[in-house]
Amino acid sequence: MATFLGINLFGLFGQLLVGLINGSFYALLSLGLAIIFGLLKIINFAQGAIYMLGAFMAYLALQYLGISYWAALIVVPLVVGLLGILMERFLIRPIANEDHLYSLLLTFGVALVLQGLFTHLFGSSGLSYAIPDALKGGTKLPFMYLPNYRAWIIIASLTVCVVTWWMIEKTKLGAYLRAGTENPALMQAFGINVPLMVTLTFGFGVALAGFAGVMAAPVYSVSPEMGSNILIVVFAIVVIGGMGSIGGAIITGLGMGIVEGLTKYFYPEASNTVIFLVMVIVLLIKPAGLFGKEA
Amino acid sequence: MKISKLYIVLLGVALVAPFLMYPVLLMKILCFALFASAFNLLLGFVGLLSFGHAVFLGTGGYVTGYLVMNSGLSPLMGILAGTAAAAALGAVYGKLSVKREGIYFAMVTLALAQLMFFVFLQAPFTGGENGLQGIPRGFLFGFIDLSDNLNMYYFVLAIFLFGFWVINRTVHSPFGQILKAIRDNEPRATSLGYNVNDYKWAAFIISAALSGLAGSTKTLVFQLASLTDVHWHMSGEVVLMTLLGGMGTIFGPLVGAAAVVGLQNFLSGGELGNYVHIIMGLIFIVCVLAFRGGIVGEIQKIVKRNFG
Repeated sequence: MATFLGINLFGLFGQLLVGLINGSFYALLSLGLAIIFGLLKIINFAQGAIYMLGAFMAYLALQYLGISYWAALIVVPLVVGLLGILMERFLIRPIANEDHLYSLLLTFGVALVLQGLFTHLFGSSGLSYAIPDALKGGTKLPFMYLPNYRAWIIIASLTVCVVTWWMIEKTKLGAYLRAGTENPALMQAFGINVPLMVTLTFGFGVALAGFAGVMAAPVYSVSPEMGSNILIVVFAIVVIGGMGSIGGAIITGLGMGIVEGLTKYFYPEASNTVIFLVMVIVLLIKPAGLFGKEA
Repeated sequence: MKISKLYIVLLGVALVAPFLMYPVLLMKILCFALFASAFNLLLGFVGLLSFGHAVFLGTGGYVTGYLVMNSGLSPLMGILAGTAAAAALGAVYGKLSVKREGIYFAMVTLALAQLMFFVFLQAPFTGGENGLQGIPRGFLFGFIDLSDNLNMYYFVLAIFLFGFWVINRTVHSPFGQILKAIRDNEPRATSLGYNVNDYKWAAFIISAALSGLAGSTKTLVFQLASLTDVHWHMSGEVVLMTLLGGMGTIFGPLVGAAAVVGLQNFLSGGELGNYVHIIMGLIFIVCVLAFRGGIVGEIQKIVKRNFG
């Protein structure tokens, strides 16, 4: 067994890999939350439920319609994004001028309905989704065995995150988005259709959660509870990173995944709580969050 | 004067109620009414939405349950200890969470509550998934047998009235006026020289302590302390009770707690039991879209419009 300074390297790298994978999902979900927050100034409490919805849609599409994993990876985010657009248009926009706490409560209600619906239909035990054939098997690395699907999760999630970051920070469309974040009224005066932009942004943020759900289906068991468990962790990550920057959301998500993985190796009892403890420390030292701009 | 008559009528109803309805259900309603009122002190009167208030309910319950069971504490001392523990946790959590506002405050409180959820799940003294079962109700002042439901009911009613009185006094005191000023216009309150975060912190501790009181009492009523009471579902339920009843009103949380507990009780009996979360979610959506004042808030509006 390969050891270094008394550390079992196989175990350590194994947990690091798990951490990176969890981190990829944290990054995708907190990126979606950050994009929505930037323009709408609301937190979408249904983000976790939509992640769960994405996983279930992939499962049902394969089971009943014969839609493959690869097709689901494209179709599910589109369908979920469309649902998000309807949700923004008919539920969130009517209360856009009220206190933002109301929209939080509204999306919480949507999350309860979705989770309750799937618990009712499928029970609370998990369903399994087979890894697509092309990604079965794995590669033997010097210190660990790397399953191909796990490598794919990290590569695909990071690609989506980086492309999204590039679109927002470097393209003209992204410039509109950032300007809308700063001053929507002025944007409207310049002839940009801000309400449409808000709707599409919400749809995109939600679609990211749907995408994460499809990606997660083969590695975690598909269950109604999967969304709420991860969402609370993602909330802590959002507090740690602050919602000031898109890049910050990605880096914090990945970083916290790695922190969690390391904790699982060195002190497994704290692996469930370590992210919340980091949040406490950040609140004490830098209340605005690591990348936060507001006081 | 109108209000004090209302209080007397309600007190009369509360005194005869156990002869007309199942006392355990009434005690459950009273415990949740106190919990929702304590929560409403933060949401309705300071404008702070805590999404982790279940942690104080659950902490009170676990501490009371453990001490009554293992240290032979009297019920009253057990409840005091549970309340004190919730207040202490509230002091720590409040200090941390009032550093952030609005939506961040909600996320911080939810995350902090989840932290304690895992602590309670893993700690050796909480019974893990099973919780603490068979907690004795004991004897009040050494001679009143609380295992009798009627005795227990009046004990719970007395606790509720005490908690309700504390909230009422807080809301109508000069301190409560400052809380409302913070809710309505925080920068203004700051510019008038009030240390806003200290006031929020104090309100948070009072709210946490009373939530703990409700949890301690509930544990004795049901002789059970379990993870259900610290789960985020419970935090969501208390938000729903307050929203449905009418946030920022004195009686709203009472009405909301009675409505939600009554609804759950009704649903759990029949085939609709599976739908309880779906229905609660729908009530959330409807309340937010069309009914933001809640039951009591909307009634007050109608009364004002027609008789004011």
